[in-house]
Order: sequence, then C-alpha cells, then structure tokens
Amino acid sequence: MRMRTVEIGVGAFMLAGILALVVLALNVSGLKLSEQAGSYKVYARFDNIGGLRPRAKVAMSGVQIGQVKSIRIDKNLLMAEVEMEIFNDVDYLTVDSSASILTSGLLGEQYIGVVPGAEDDVLEEGAFIQDTQSALVLEELIGKFLFNKVSE
Amino acid sequence: MLDVLQRLGRGALSRLARVGRAGQILLQSLLATPQPLIMVPLVLKQIYFVGVLSLVIIVVSGGFIGMVLGLQGYTILVDYGSEQAVGQMVALSLVRELAPVVAALLFAGRAGSALTAEIGLMKATEQLASLEMIGVDPLRRIVAPRLWAGFICMPILAIIFAVVGIWGGSLVAVDWLGIYEGSFWANMQQSVDFYDDVLNGIIKAVCFGIVVTWIAVFEGYDCIPTSEGISQATTRTVVYSSLAVLGLDFILTALMFGEL
Repeated sequence: MRMRTVEIGVGAFMLAGILALVVLALNVSGLKLSEQAGSYKVYARFDNIGGLRPRAKVAMSGVQIGQVKSIRIDKNLLMAEVEMEIFNDVDYLTVDSSASILTSGLLGEQYIGVVPGAEDDVLEEGAFIQDTQSALVLEELIGKFLFNKVSE
Repeated sequence: MLDVLQRLGRGALSRLARVGRAGQILLQSLLATPQPLIMVPLVLKQIYFVGVLSLVIIVVSGGFIGMVLGLQGYTILVDYGSEQAVGQMVALSLVRELAPVVAALLFAGRAGSALTAEIGLMKATEQLASLEMIGVDPLRRIVAPRLWAGFICMPILAIIFAVVGIWGGSLVAVDWLGIYEGSFWANMQQSVDFYDDVLNGIIKAVCFGIVVTWIAVFEGYDCIPTSEGISQATTRTVVYSSLAVLGLDFILTALMFGEL
C-alpha cells in the first residue's frame, strides 16, 4: 500500500514533467512539428536589409505566410540575398510580387512584407522576387533631411 | 613563516583529498553493477522524496516569480508603449535563467539538505557500517539511488517551474493588467526558440541537478559522524551547492548564449 502511493506520486510527477515540456515546446516556443515539410523556398535580393534577422516573419497584408531562413551576401552582385521559406498553402504569390523590409511598430522587429502583383504565373520553389525595397535606415533618412535643410 | 606555509599546504591538500573522494564516490556509485530489480523501486522511492515532495515549493515559488516578472516587466515596458513584449520577457528570462537557477537553489535547500542529513545520520548511527558488515555495498544501496533520483528530478522540476512561472506571468499581464492575449503569446512564440532557449535551459537544469545532488550526497557520506558534524555538513551542502549553481550558471550561459 505504501509503495503504491509512492509509485502513483512518481507517475503523476513524471506525467506533469512531460506535459510541462509539451507546453513549453508547443505553446511557449511555438514549435511546429510539420514546419519543415510544408514550405517552399523563395529568394530576394536587397540593397540593405537593415536589422533583418533569420527567423523573422514574412507577411502579406500583415498575415504571416513564411519566415526568413538565412541571409547572405551575393558575391557577384554584392547585394544581400535573403532566403525565405513560404508555407505551401500560399500559392497565390505571383511572379511580379514585390518584397519590402518593414518594421512592426516604432521599435519593433523588422520583417518582410510581400505584395502580390497582377501576373497569372506564381512563384515556384527557388524563384527570385525581382521587385524589392530595402529597409529604411534611420541614419540615412536623417542624413538626407539635414542635407536638404542645408541646401535650402 | 614556515608554519603559515605548512598550514596553507595542509589546507590545500585536504581540500584536494575531499574533491578526490567526491569523485570516487560519484564514479563508484554510478558504475556499480546495475541490478534493475532492486534499483528501480529504490530510485522510485527517492524520486518520490526528492521530486514529488518538492513540487509544492517549486510550483508556489514559480508562480509568484512569474507574477512578479509580469508586473515588473509591465511597469518598465509600458513607458515605451511596448507592453506586449512582457510575454517575451517573462518567457525568455524564465526558460533561460530563472527556472533552472531558482529551481536548483530551492532543490538544494529542500532536497539537498535532506539528503545530506539523512545519509549523515545513517553514518552517525552506524547504519552504513552495518550494511557493509552484512555484505551490502552502501554506495550501491544508499548513494546510487539518491544520485539517480536527483539527476532525474531536477530537470523535471525546472520545466514545471518555467511553465508555472509563465502561467503566473500571463495571469498578471493578461488577466489583471489587460494586455491583449494574442500579442502576449505571439510575441513569446516568436522570440522563444525551442532548441536555443528551451533545450539549453533543460541542459542547464541537468547540470545543476548533477552538481547539487553530488554535493549533497558527498557531504552526507563524508561528514563527521556527530550531531555537530551533520549540522555542519548540511550547512555546507546548501552553501556549496548554491555557490556552485550560480558560478556554473555563468559559465554555461557564456558558453550557450555568449558567442564565445
């Protein structure tokens, strides 16, 4: 009888631990088990990516449709090349879509906003988004503003 | 002059000998030939004492620490208009740091001291010696189950601490201070990475569990078998394991998050 309560207690303890781990994984870190399977890759080149980082979200009209996989320098064009993973159910990004690096809120993280175009063909795995707009760098903006003030 | 030098040398040698004995005890009890039929019930019983009975203090302090984090984070972040980031702040600080460290400190106080006192009293009342007399290895019978129980319990306690803490934080931030629930959880999910944050936190908890249990068991096994010796050993367990946890935490954090 004594051993029984001990074993029941230990069983409940283990179960609580496993449940807590599942909560941490799914609810807190937002781990999705089928993330790798359901996405295709799309690339875009930017003059300046600002503070964009891997795992940043890719959004259309503010709704997340994918995430940034990796960022590197294209050695031939000397531009930043961003690799994005777009969810498979997003099959309406046309080949003339445009991508721009935006900031969520005043101090928020940077993300890629995608706006579809008017063509009929859609982006396939490994395609490039041609129409891109770089991140807004605050220093450059202030620099331009000051320059304009001086020349007035 | 030479006396001072001699005292220094003697102190250093006895410290070194203690470290050596500690390593010996750890290795001997972990490498002792496993006997599943005897070991499993013993380990289960120790998990009950070390883990299940520690749940209350872990859950209560986890909840309150999460609530305090939510409250403090809110009062600071609301000045910058980014109070939605409370979720991210609570979750990251709990998962990465507070859950393993505070759970380990509580574990040292709640379970470590009890382990030391129990083994120390067994030694003082010559139970360990009589076990040896009847041909039972006390390291295998007494020490090993306690070590394994500590190794198993500590990460589970830390995970439960983190979850309860995040729940406490959401209770204060969402239900009381009225942060929008969606952005609270979305911010958290976006910033917390399962492998970088959660798994690293669990690795920390495993390391702390090993260190705290090891210190507790060794101090008990190595104590002077008098009532005074046991009380000193219990104090040393809490002090040494707290210091070890905090020091080790810095090293582990530097290795995991510090781009070294």
